[in-house]
Amino acid sequence: MAKMILIDQQACTGCRQCELVCSIHHTGTANPARSRISTIKWESEGFYLPVVCQQCLEPACATVCPTNAIGKEATTDRVVVDHDRCIGCKMCVMACPFGAMGVDTHESRVTKCDLCDGAPTCVRFCEAGALTFVEADVAHLAKQRASGSRFAALVGAHR
Amino acid sequence: MALNRKLAFIDLSSGEIEISEIPRELREKYLGGRGLDIHLLFKHLEPGVDPLGPENVCCISAGILVGTPASASARTHIMAKSPLTGLLGSSNMGGFFAPELRYAGFDHLVIRGQAEKPVCLWIHNGEIEIRDAAHLWGLDTFETQEAIRDELRDPEIKALAIGVAGENLVRFANVVTGHKNAAGRTGMGAVLGSKNLKAIAARGTMGIDLAQPREALEYDREVCNQIASTKFGQIMQRWGTMFIYGVTNSTGLVRVNNFQSNQHPDSEKIECENMDEHSTGTAGCFGCQLHCRHRYVIKDGKYAGTYGEGPEYTSQGAWGAEVGCRDFPTILYGNHLVNKLGLDTLETGSLISWGMELFEKGIITKEDTGGLDLKFGNTDAVIEMIRQIAHREGFGDVLADGPKGAMERLPAEAAPLCVHVKGMSNLHSDERPTPSLALGIATATRGSDHLRSRPAIDLYYLPEPLLRKIYGSPVPYDGPLTSDYGDYDGKAWMVFWQEMLYMAVDCLGVCKFHTIFLSPNMPAFDEFSKWLKLIPGLEMSPKDVWDVAERAYNLERLFNLREGATRKDDWLVDRYFDEPTPRGFDVVRNKTLDRDKFKAMLDEYYELHGWDKKGRVTDETLERLDLAAAVGSN
Repeated sequence: MAKMILIDQQACTGCRQCELVCSIHHTGTANPARSRISTIKWESEGFYLPVVCQQCLEPACATVCPTNAIGKEATTDRVVVDHDRCIGCKMCVMACPFGAMGVDTHESRVTKCDLCDGAPTCVRFCEAGALTFVEADVAHLAKQRASGSRFAALVGAHR
Repeated sequence: MALNRKLAFIDLSSGEIEISEIPRELREKYLGGRGLDIHLLFKHLEPGVDPLGPENVCCISAGILVGTPASASARTHIMAKSPLTGLLGSSNMGGFFAPELRYAGFDHLVIRGQAEKPVCLWIHNGEIEIRDAAHLWGLDTFETQEAIRDELRDPEIKALAIGVAGENLVRFANVVTGHKNAAGRTGMGAVLGSKNLKAIAARGTMGIDLAQPREALEYDREVCNQIASTKFGQIMQRWGTMFIYGVTNSTGLVRVNNFQSNQHPDSEKIECENMDEHSTGTAGCFGCQLHCRHRYVIKDGKYAGTYGEGPEYTSQGAWGAEVGCRDFPTILYGNHLVNKLGLDTLETGSLISWGMELFEKGIITKEDTGGLDLKFGNTDAVIEMIRQIAHREGFGDVLADGPKGAMERLPAEAAPLCVHVKGMSNLHSDERPTPSLALGIATATRGSDHLRSRPAIDLYYLPEPLLRKIYGSPVPYDGPLTSDYGDYDGKAWMVFWQEMLYMAVDCLGVCKFHTIFLSPNMPAFDEFSKWLKLIPGLEMSPKDVWDVAERAYNLERLFNLREGATRKDDWLVDRYFDEPTPRGFDVVRNKTLDRDKFKAMLDEYYELHGWDKKGRVTDETLERLDLAAAVGSN
């Protein structure tokens, strides 16, 4: 069953705990610069947005990879990098429209979210509920309900 | 190596920068943040210097746990001799600057001298550069941070800055990072202004090693659960500190119209529930799950469209109760304005309310205020006074000198009406019915203050066995402890214990809301000890952490004594003893503090610390805390 990290931008408080715990989980050091997830902030407007690999159905990173090192993992639907085949050309970094593919200079390799093998650390620590790990095929339902409740309010139905 | 962040000495007169290691021995004695700052300040500052002269030394630091998986480890500490009090200047703030400073390779900066022209510091992956900041001079705190990010072409830079108040040497100018994090108290912004230091920018990608990364991460999850499961935590997530106002006001523990009442009659207009109309969400400091501030856009009225963050409980008093205002948008705008101009919200509000009482009593008139109708409740006059103070114009220039300076420029009848300790104004809280809180503000090393020793949980009527459990560790205590906040018994110990707790917190760089401040179920010394083991790998028992705190606290005391403070400075203004509270619950109405009992409580407080009757640190105490050498060398 494929699951995805669902981002609720409105709920994000910009605390960057996701970056901190991601870096510790993956590198053993506290270093947001090496995190796979980033909270992009426009401080003066108070707008915060967590950005992480969307595990695209047709990943641009995989399309441009000259060694076919990147692909979808059938069981989890996540995008994975085979570091034995990767030559470190960073075409994927250039191609990803979200900036979700990064370069870790300490490890000398490209890095991306691997969903922590099924239990994302960022989600486990996101107290504000901006990040949830949900079944991909029902991810849209909560938004439908939110949208529906606005309609319900307009027509005066009970919520 | 978990403890490899550096210490930098920066001389702005000569432009010299010297970078050195922080010896492990110093870590074990002072940890970091406020603790190591007082060691550095005590050692490097000559006694008696002008706080606004080049000789003053300014220490800026991150706590030892900052940027790591210790709960809300986001705190920056700033310390120097205060231009407001002439004694210890010390202030602490959250946000994202301190983590960035650590990721850029530094824990402590010691800044001396005075630049010839405006400069800023640029700290980046182990390097420090002094840069021209002439084009930043005159900008507000928000503009300055954005201008630095634009100039250096890196939107991830975190900066702290002074506003025009700091440039104009307003004696309670603050230092701001982000939109609301402020090292607010004791005028640290004026110290930076006097050094022509407009801002410090940091950016780093240097990771912090952890002694036990897996265990530290799991322990962080455990502590987050503990914190988020408290009622206090849940209320903070919803309202921030604004929730306190409804409670303290209905009890009768706030200062209204300076000090003339202790309850605001129609306070619902300024209580937290008004926030929903303007809020666009909440915001957290680095790694914090309490996200205790709101982001807001003022919805309507003359300030419509203004973006801000906060406000805190403090601003409800400063722009509400104290100045007799009942207009929520004015509180939101006042909060925005002081952060933007770089003023301490608490001091500014308290001083304006003092000015208003002087105006009401005819001690000053429109002739003194430049025609401004400075009567309680005049919201426009309040906002105008904020502007005048920051720009040192008109009557604002008088108040900009702080309580001590303003008293010299005002009629003699003005002085007794000012509610301050050591020359720093009090929070909008009324401590007449609460001896423990009163002792806390009287003795705090930086002047009247609620964040250095306030046993806030004394207000909760907690059962004595629970109080014994909290206050009996890590140092055994079997003296009196009572659940009644009107008592004097055992309160000296509560204040002492909280002093040690808050000092430890400030050394670690953790937020006070994540410890036993407003909730009895938050982390304290046991958790601190475990964090130190898992994160920097320091084996220190809870009692060892207490000892660090006691050592550092005594050094702060010694700093003040060296600058001429005496027992008289640990006392409250006469109003606390002579004017009874007019309103509130039965237990708080018609109360004054009792001079004899307060004196006895102060004696007890000194004795618990190992100080003599005059409040001087005894030789035995210096010996016990391994401070004799540090003091002797000066």
